[in-house]
Amino acid sequence: MRIADWAADDGYRIFADEPTGLVYSPPAIFYPLLTTRYSLLLPPMTGTLNLLIGLSMGLNLMALGSSRIPSLIRAMSVQGVVLGIMPLLMEHHIVWPVALVALATVAVKGAIIPRLLQRAMRAANIDRDMEPLIGFIPSLLLGAGGTIVAMALARSLPLLPEHAGSLLVPGALASVLTGFVLLIGRTKAISQVCGYLILENGIYLFGLLLIHATPLLVEAGILLDLTVGVFVIGIIVDHIQRAFDSLDTSKLTVLRE
Amino acid sequence: MNALIALLSRIPLDLLLVALPLAGAALAAVWRSNRTRPWLLPVVGAGHAVLSLWLLFVPPPIAAGAWFAFDPIARAVLPAVSLLFLLCALYGVSYLRVRAERANRVFVALLLAVLGLLSAGHMAGHLGLLWIATEGVTLAALPLLHFSDTPRAYEATWKYLLVGGTGIALSLLGSFCLGYASLYGGGDGAGDLTFTALIAKGAVLSRPWVLTAWVLLLVGYGTKMGLAPMHTWKPDAYGEAPGIVGAILAGGVTTVAFTAILRVRAVVAAAGAGPIADRTLIAIGLFSLVVAALFLLGTRDFKRMLAYSSVEHMGILALAAGLGAPGLWAALFHVWGNSVTKGALFLSAGNIRRAAGARTMDEVGGMAMLTPVSAAIFVAGMFAVTALPPFGPFFSELLILRATFHTGHGLAGALFLGCLLFAFFGLTRVVFAIVDGRPRVATKVAGRRFSETSGVIVPPLILLGLSLWLGLALPDVLRDSWTAAVAQLYPAP
Repeated sequence: MRIADWAADDGYRIFADEPTGLVYSPPAIFYPLLTTRYSLLLPPMTGTLNLLIGLSMGLNLMALGSSRIPSLIRAMSVQGVVLGIMPLLMEHHIVWPVALVALATVAVKGAIIPRLLQRAMRAANIDRDMEPLIGFIPSLLLGAGGTIVAMALARSLPLLPEHAGSLLVPGALASVLTGFVLLIGRTKAISQVCGYLILENGIYLFGLLLIHATPLLVEAGILLDLTVGVFVIGIIVDHIQRAFDSLDTSKLTVLRE
Repeated sequence: MNALIALLSRIPLDLLLVALPLAGAALAAVWRSNRTRPWLLPVVGAGHAVLSLWLLFVPPPIAAGAWFAFDPIARAVLPAVSLLFLLCALYGVSYLRVRAERANRVFVALLLAVLGLLSAGHMAGHLGLLWIATEGVTLAALPLLHFSDTPRAYEATWKYLLVGGTGIALSLLGSFCLGYASLYGGGDGAGDLTFTALIAKGAVLSRPWVLTAWVLLLVGYGTKMGLAPMHTWKPDAYGEAPGIVGAILAGGVTTVAFTAILRVRAVVAAAGAGPIADRTLIAIGLFSLVVAALFLLGTRDFKRMLAYSSVEHMGILALAAGLGAPGLWAALFHVWGNSVTKGALFLSAGNIRRAAGARTMDEVGGMAMLTPVSAAIFVAGMFAVTALPPFGPFFSELLILRATFHTGHGLAGALFLGCLLFAFFGLTRVVFAIVDGRPRVATKVAGRRFSETSGVIVPPLILLGLSLWLGLALPDVLRDSWTAAVAQLYPAP
């Protein structure tokens, strides 16, 4: 899917003629431009990798700015696919465990989980998060600010020579922060689940730094977490819906001091 | 006969501590009868308790760099969790008989799975394995929380999932950071995530990465433990969950998170950042104490009161863990005291809750008339948990107080004492409002349906007795086990 298709998607049309609409596309284009300058000095793979990480940072902002849940789910799942193919790019010759992890990630994050969420969404008959605790423009600003902070923070952490110049650490931190904003700022259960998954994507991105060094265990842990987690979340969402006739977690206010 | 003993000594007993409950969980999942299934709980619990006590007295040899071992830290705390589980399991048989209308297959199977994963978490010598075990406990506990199937229970479960899930995600990120610190250090065993390897490499670990990892792991496992400000899931989850689930969460799950923090702290200290880690532990511990004391003064619900009391005691543990070797010894003592005392409180509160049919001091009163024994246990347990002298928590808190003054944290000690006083006011306020006075009319009607059978009285009574026994006659084997655990976490230079 091309970025242009994204911007033309329903969720963004409402912003299309506003100047702020530009906020959505630049990061995705901007970072690759930024990194190709360095890519002459770096191994060719880092350039491609950074391009993808830049894309995932852009997807973070799209997720933060979208008021419609389908586009939020799509941003999350495209990010999952982008992350899933990254391990293949990091290898010079592909070994089967890494390929397996990549395949499983793409399948789980790109297909299975979005399907589950879409089904939950249809069952609950909602497609917009109308009353977010943090508005869409403020959450976009938070996301953009968070990305800058992530870049600054990552600078103070030392990297091994083979990772120098890669955007893995800031990309991971930016996704984690985006996930936090969505978790705190949205009221619909499905939006919160998407936020959690974006947070997980950030952690996965960070895990790529360790893909050579640690056993498959850590990678397997993430997938287990994701599948089981969402499976369980799906059940709970189902129950909440039956109990409250809505998936609006802001109605879950009985237990308040 | 000799062949049998030889065979028995060949079985890795520590692995059995995990395998037995998991096998029990599998058995419960296929067990046909809803009426006899709950008996699996005490049977497996008794087996687990015998094993863990056996290993407490006869510590097994530990292979260096093992991913999984009954090491001194596991030896110092796991038997407490095991005993708590056994008594909760005994209570669970009566509890599930009262709630016979509900299918208990999932409940029994997952409760046993929680025990197995808790044991795995206590014995994990590998950062990744520790994380997987803690994650497993979090997920397995979910259906236990909404066993009562009310909308409020689902709300509590949702909060627990969101807050706990985020905490668990952050602890994974922290584990990765620690892994990268080891990778950056290079040399032999770079990227080896066993705690022994990480501590051995301490000096070459990258400091900025270690500090990042410490913050993330403290927040992540601190969420699981229920330290303020990550405690928000606790009052809801403890308030809505059945008494035995609350007891196991407050006495077992928090303990595994605490040992995780202790193990990580040892790595951070080996990397030369011990003083920073200690300062953060003291700060977060005191903050939890203050928050818990303030909320205890405000709450009117006696099950939520227990949750805030748990936040208070987690604060005490964090504070003590930041006070060096003597503080840590007292903290391990406090883990035992907290586990058994909280167990007694949660189980007796469960009885009162069921007899009264309500949970706030506005609706409940005069329980000393309706459920005299449970009310007596509740009051005695309240005094135990607020550190009345003959009980265990008094002695551990006294040792912690001494450690604060010894290490020159006089102000922290004073704040600690102040918070204990306010917590005492808060607890007595709620407890006596519930126990004293005359029963409400509605309560009388509900209370007639509930009878205090020995099945729901004896387990909390034994737990209370254990708390008293810890204070009056602390056995040497426990002292030795705590000293050994302290020696493992503070290796002599």
